[in-house]
Parts: sequence; structure tokens; C-alpha cells
Amino acid sequence: MCNGDEGDPGAFMDRSIMEGDPHRMLEGMIIAGIACGASEGYIYVRAEYPLAVSRLKKAIEQAKEYGLLGENILGSGFSFNIHINRGAGAFVCGEGSALTASIEGKRGMPRVKPPRTVEQGLFDMPTVLNNVETFANVPLIIRNGACWYKSIGTEKSPGTKAFALTGNIENTGLIEVPMGTTLRDVIFDIGGGMRGGADFKAVQIGGPSGGCLSKKDLDLPLDFDSLKKAGAMIGSGGLVVMDNNTCMVEVARFFMNFTQNESCGKCVPCREGTKRMLEVLERIVEGNGQDGDIELLLELADTISATALCGLGKAAAFPVVSTIKNFREEYEAHIYDKKCPTGNCQKLKNIIIDASLCKGCSKCARSCPVGAITGKVKEPFVIDQSKCIKCGACIETCAFHAILEG
Amino acid sequence: MDNKEYIMIDGIPVEINGEKNLLELIRKAGIKLPTFCYHSELSIYGACRMCMVENEWGGLDAACSTPPKAGTSIKTNTERLQKYRKMILELLLANHCRDCTTCNNNGKCKLQDLAMRYNISRIRFPNTSPEPDVDDSSLCITKDKSKCILCGDCVRVCSEVQNVGAIDFAYRGSKMTISTVFDKPIAQSSCVGCGQCALACPTGAIVVKDDTRKVWKEIYDKNTRVSVQIAPAVRVALGKELGLNDGENAIGKIVAALRRMGFDDIFDTSTGADLTVLEESAELLKRIKEGKNDMPLFTSCCPAWVNYCEKFYPELLPHVSTCRSPMQMFASIIKEEYSTSSKRLVHVAVMPCTAKKFEAAREEFKVNGVSNVDYVLTTQELIQMIKESGIVFSELEPEAIDMPFGTYTGAGVIFGVTGGVTEAVLRRVVSDKSPTSFRSLAYTGVRGMKGVKEASVMYGDRKLRIAVVSGLKNASDLIERIKSGEHYDLVEVMACPGGCINGGGQPFVQSEEREKRGKGLYSADKLCNIKSSEENPLMMTLYKGILKGRVHELLHVDYASKKEAK
Repeated sequence: MCNGDEGDPGAFMDRSIMEGDPHRMLEGMIIAGIACGASEGYIYVRAEYPLAVSRLKKAIEQAKEYGLLGENILGSGFSFNIHINRGAGAFVCGEGSALTASIEGKRGMPRVKPPRTVEQGLFDMPTVLNNVETFANVPLIIRNGACWYKSIGTEKSPGTKAFALTGNIENTGLIEVPMGTTLRDVIFDIGGGMRGGADFKAVQIGGPSGGCLSKKDLDLPLDFDSLKKAGAMIGSGGLVVMDNNTCMVEVARFFMNFTQNESCGKCVPCREGTKRMLEVLERIVEGNGQDGDIELLLELADTISATALCGLGKAAAFPVVSTIKNFREEYEAHIYDKKCPTGNCQKLKNIIIDASLCKGCSKCARSCPVGAITGKVKEPFVIDQSKCIKCGACIETCAFHAILEG
Repeated sequence: MDNKEYIMIDGIPVEINGEKNLLELIRKAGIKLPTFCYHSELSIYGACRMCMVENEWGGLDAACSTPPKAGTSIKTNTERLQKYRKMILELLLANHCRDCTTCNNNGKCKLQDLAMRYNISRIRFPNTSPEPDVDDSSLCITKDKSKCILCGDCVRVCSEVQNVGAIDFAYRGSKMTISTVFDKPIAQSSCVGCGQCALACPTGAIVVKDDTRKVWKEIYDKNTRVSVQIAPAVRVALGKELGLNDGENAIGKIVAALRRMGFDDIFDTSTGADLTVLEESAELLKRIKEGKNDMPLFTSCCPAWVNYCEKFYPELLPHVSTCRSPMQMFASIIKEEYSTSSKRLVHVAVMPCTAKKFEAAREEFKVNGVSNVDYVLTTQELIQMIKESGIVFSELEPEAIDMPFGTYTGAGVIFGVTGGVTEAVLRRVVSDKSPTSFRSLAYTGVRGMKGVKEASVMYGDRKLRIAVVSGLKNASDLIERIKSGEHYDLVEVMACPGGCINGGGQPFVQSEEREKRGKGLYSADKLCNIKSSEENPLMMTLYKGILKGRVHELLHVDYASKKEAK
């Protein structure tokens, strides 16, 4: 079984292979079939990849024409068929047992293990399940040998890895680097540095449930072990680079919103826990954070990571935990000072009139849609913060630049 | 050292003896590890995460889904685990209706019980419990989505044990619910009313339909004569909640309680069962004589099975016995007997069963638009009414059933357990009526809690092949076998695993206690001085009196096919 249910927002490593070089992946699957004695192969592709589906179909047809797929391949006596199954949009179907259930026509929900997929997988048969990238690596390794492959990358994480580089960076796009390349090289060399010369703040790595790494981790080699130690993971290979203007609490909220929406709803900690984490994060970015919220978030994160049924739940809290670990002061500013240090959180913005600059022209009061600004003409005006909706209309009308966001 | 295999649980060695998972071992060791979604008869779902235990490497495993490994050691009560369990309960409660005092399941709720056990005294999250969302369409069960904790027990019972699949999960994540297909009312779904979902439900999300208020009203009405019949399985199942032992035959006390509550005439459905035995045996023998036994005769006592057959195997209906169930046979006799009463007749049946509520309301059993059985109360509802009455059940002096229908046989009593109907019919059919012969019938294979049993008995020079199934999944498996050529003369089907003793209207017990109920009925049988239905002197009176020329009208029914799109 090949997992092509690439659901991470912004990730398209598998897509590039399925669309650009599907034969490499098919070859990998055929080799896997020979290795484990399987006669049927399944590719589970997201339905949102219509081009990948049509190219895979075409590639399968071509392979059949050449006698590389189907009955008695090249007269070897070995037969192998490949089927394509399209997903229905559920992120959780990237999890092995949920993917299996989905192919079987059941509700895409992970099940308890054991038995693992290798023991009892698709249609209760022993099943080898790998990712697109893994299968695509196989033909090269078979052709050039394991030593060649191991000569690339680090000792414990050999080979290369594709990353989808996005965010506030000059060169966004798909990159393939040897394992162990440092974040600094990826961002400042291959990525061309921060966009507009802004300061690097953080990088979110490994998809929506990956961790956020900060400046101090820039020299971390990108390999499985080092990332795990730093509280992050390679995951799908998503790399979202963020500059100094990014609010880390909002980042955590954004990713939590994603995982919460994608929870299948089966196990209690993930279904109820992610909902509550999102609730807490939402109230923090809205300026209603309470004393104890950080601790509550960490407690929830601990419970969910330890007890959730599948990988989606276990990793769901990573962005929150890693941002709290690396940027705790930002959370504290939101909760205790009701301020967003980067000024990103709309609800926490305060628009104030600098009395020393205000000439009392009343233009702002007239432009305010909610009547939050009052004052006597020719005297400094004031904004009633309880009424202000932070729309910024007054800032634009003020001829004296007396109205500021802060 | 012996060669037994052990696992250390909280520092105590516990022998592994074929247990499928850690949870069973832990419970064997006397630790009440909490769960919401584990039932030994169902597939492992592993969703509540309450049964997490810590392994010797500090990792966590869900005990329900981890096979025991000899020589390892686990801990069930560490600081972490307690913290997680409390958090999970807190999370569930934050999203759950907390009006415990007015809940139909108050005092019987697992969530309430565990919240108490874990001393959950505060909930740090906003209360987002949904508004009640009640499906009251079924006559058998009431479903309230707002009280559902999504453990999936009902879904698995319905599909795995009963092969009905009337309910399943719908939507995802925090929007997930348990729903019928297209969220239709239960009454319009493929539900057969067996109530096993209500038994499995740990909260008040699916409960037995409550008809107690209506019955109280009839009792208090001075212009009614309220008669009641008590099904065999009830007597061995209500004791536990009322201070007796489960499995203890409480029929005498039940009669006393019903009389105190104000019922006018109190009878025993076992008498109706004697009628069923006679009619069904006659039907079986007639089929055999006429050589119409290429397909087996299916019993018809179980209303959930009749519903299932109508919905899923309508082509088999011609092979389902035309006998009404004991409840319905008896009810038509009782209504007939008192038809000249100056008061309005009301007949109540106390049943272990939720599907009986549906059966009682069927058009087939109405005379001039009035149902023969006006109300069906389940055992659970009877317990409720006894509690409401303030009667100290355990101290009641047993009383006897009323005349003129006060005699019944042991054959009628054992109807309440799987295999009972068959054994009763066999007692009627075999030519040797000696105690030894009857005792040997018990060893033909009809007794026991197994879901599928087979027996063969000689009738004249012919060998009768009989199958006894309980649980509708077992029934449908057997039907498929029969369709592919397997031959039986008689097939007894009970929808609930174990028969009526485990009916959907009974208080929930684990399988070991279920067996006690079965044993209770067999002991009751032993105490009966008449063992075979045809020797019940009342039967002769009935056949010569009320039933004369009206056997078919009062005791039989023709279930019409009403197959719906499956």
C-alpha cells in the first residue's frame, strides 16, 4: 500500500513525485511486492490531486503495456497489480489504519494496535504500507546499492529528504537536501534568507502537528534524532519559515484549529482535548486569556500526547508545546498584559490618540463607524477602548499622524 | 517454579491464563480499571483511553488492546495515569449534560459513577453540553444525543452482535454523533427494538422507553381492572437491584409487590408459554407429518427476531411459527376471560424485553382497535415502580399467582433462557415422559450460554435436528448456512445473547452473572411439580372452554411481509 494522502497544508513533496515521476514510485511498489510476496498494490491518493491520479493511471497503463505490471511480469512468474483509491478529504486517512479502513469502504477512523498493519492490514491481510517518497527511493537504492544511499545524509538518517519550504523566505518551493543539512543552510543558503531582510524568528517543521523551532536551533541538523530531541519532527517535510512579525500564539492557534478540525472524533483526548486547547488559544489571542491558561494548555497537551489513540492526536499538541517552550513570553504578554508583541492579534490591538499631536480637528470622530471617539474641538480627542472595533479608519483619516496602533 | 506464565501488575504476580488483553488480567487481579468502551463480547474499540497503564519502560498502553506478555510488569495507578484519567473525565463532563438528578439513567450511569470515583469536583472548561436532542419515535428505546459520550458500544452491539447496523457514527471530530441512516427517526430505521444498545450504553444516551407513568395512571383509575403477567426471565433478574442476589427466583416477592402496588389480577407468563409449547409442538409435528419440513420451523416467541426476520429475511416468514408469543397468547385469553367485567380492562405485561413494547402495539394483536396487551413494562421499569412505592422488596413475604390461571409448568418457566423453548417443546414431543427422559433432554445440547447450539432427538424412528441460536448475528449466520443446504427441523431464535435473561429491558450484568440468571430459571423448573406443558390441568380447561373453536383466532398470527429497502 502506498500512502499518497498528502494532507498537510502547503506540502507537495508526494504530489511532485506522483505527478512528475510516477514510474519511480510504481517501480518501488513492484520491488516491494517481490520482496514481501504481495500480488496486489494499492495507492491511496488525495482526491484533491486530480493530476496525480490521471498521471498515475497513465503510468500504470504504460507499465502494463511494457509488461512491467500485471500477470507474469517479464516472464518471471511474478504477478503484481496496482489499484488507485482516492481519498475523500480526511487528513486522518493518512494514518495507516484509517487509510486501510477508507480503502475498505469503511469510515476513515484509526483503530487500536496491535495488530499492526504488517500483521493485519488491508482486508485483514498482512500489509506493507509506505509513503510515496519511500517507495520512490527504492529503485535508486536497488540500482546504486545501499552503500551509495548511506553515503548521503547522516549515519542514523541516511539519504535525502524533500522539504516544502514556505513562509517569509526569499526562495519558496520544493527542495531536496541530504539528511543532516542544518536549518541555517536550508533557510539562508537554499532559501535565500528572510524575505525583505527581516529577522528570522521561528520555523515550523513537520506539518500541522510539527514543532516550532527558534533561533537557537538554527544549527540543528535536519535528521530524525536531532529533531526529536528538539521537540520537533520531520513529519511530512513541511518547513514554514516565520519572521519577527509573526505572532507565535496565533501560529499555535492556527495549527490547533487545523488538527481539531481534522480529528476523526474517535478517542476522547483528541476529540475533546484539541477542542479545549483551541478554545483556550482562541481566548488568549482575543485578549481573554486567564492566569493558569499556559499550565492548562500544557496539562491538556500532556494528556493528549500520552493517551491519544493515533499519531494525529499524539502529535496534535506539538505546535503549542514548542511555542510555549520557545516563546513563553509571548503567551504571557497576551494573557497578562493583554498585548500581542507583534501586533498581529486584532482583538489585542489598542488604537490610541497621542494627545501631544492631536489638534482636535474631529475628523477621526466623524470617520469612526461605531462612535468610539469623542472630544471637544481644538482639544485632544480620546478613544473609548470598550467601543473601538480596531478597524483603523481613524488612523487613515488623521492628517497629523496622531493616531497610533499599540 | 511451575511453568505458568506471570505478569507483574502493581508489583503483584498475576497468572496469565488465556486472557486476550491486559485489561482482563488487571480486572482478574481485583483492580477495577475504568473503561467506557470495553465489552468483552464486542470488538476492541480503544477510544475512551481510560484504561491506559504504564509499562516498565515508562510508556503507556491501552490495557484493552494490549496482549499480556509474560515476564513484563505494568503499573495501573501512577500519578500520571490518575492525572490523565481525571482529565479525560473532566473533558467528557465539560461536554456532557450534568442534570444527573433528572436523568433517566441516574444512579446507573458509568460517567456519573467514574466522576464520583475519581472525585471530579471542578471542571475547568466552559460548559458546552448540547441541548437535549431526543429521538422518541421508537416504542422500545429513547435516544438522546446530548448524553452520548461516543464510546461506540451501541454501534458495535447493533452491528457485531445483532447484525442490524441501525446506527453508526456520523460526522467527524467534535461534531461526531451516533446516527441512524440519514438521521431518520429510529422508528424508521432498521432497528428491531431488541434494546441491546440501551443495555450497553454507559450513560443515559439510549435508555428503555419509560411507560411507568401511564401504568400508574391506570392503576389509580377506579374504573379499571388492571391485570398483569410476569415473564419468566424477570424473576431472576430484578433481585440484585432490590437487595437480593442476581439469579435468585423472586416470583413470590414480585407477586406480593405487584399486589401492594394495586394490580388486580396477577398471572405468570409461564402459563402462556405452556400454551405456546402445545401449539408450537403441534405445528412442528404437523409439518413433519405433511413432509413440509424442507425448511425448518423458526420459533416466533421473540419479537425482536420477528422484526429482524420481517426486515432482513422476509422470505423466511412462511417458515416462522404462526404461534403468537406466550405474552400475546396469554393476553388474548385474559382479555377474553374478563370481557364481561363492568370495569375497563387493562392488561400489563412485565417483560425482560424492549421489543415487547413494539409487539404489544402491533395491529395484529388488536381487537376492535384495542391492544390485548395495553402496556409492557420492562424489568427495569418494574424495579423503578417498586422503588417508587417504597416497598422494601427483600422483606416481602412471597405470595402466589392468582387463579384461575395460577398453574404453570417448568416447561413454561425455562422459556426465559436460550434453549428453553426447545427443551419445552421436546418434553412435549418425546414419547418417554419419565423424569429420567426429561433429565436427559437437558444434556442434548440445548442448555448453556453458547450463541449457537445444536441438538438431535428421536421422534418415532425419525431424528429431529434442532438448532438453538441467540444473538441475531448468530441467527443470520445460521440462516445463511440453512440457505446453502444445511437441514434442521426446528430453529429456536432469541435476539438477545443468552435469551430473555439478558433482554434489553433487564438490568445490565456481566456475562458471568447472566449465567446465574439462567441457573435460576432451571432451579425454578426443578421446583415445579409439572414439567411438561400438556400435563398442565389448566390447558385442558382452556381448550375445552375459551379456546374451543377459537384456537387460531386467539393463539395464532400471520406476520405479513414488510421488507424495507435494506
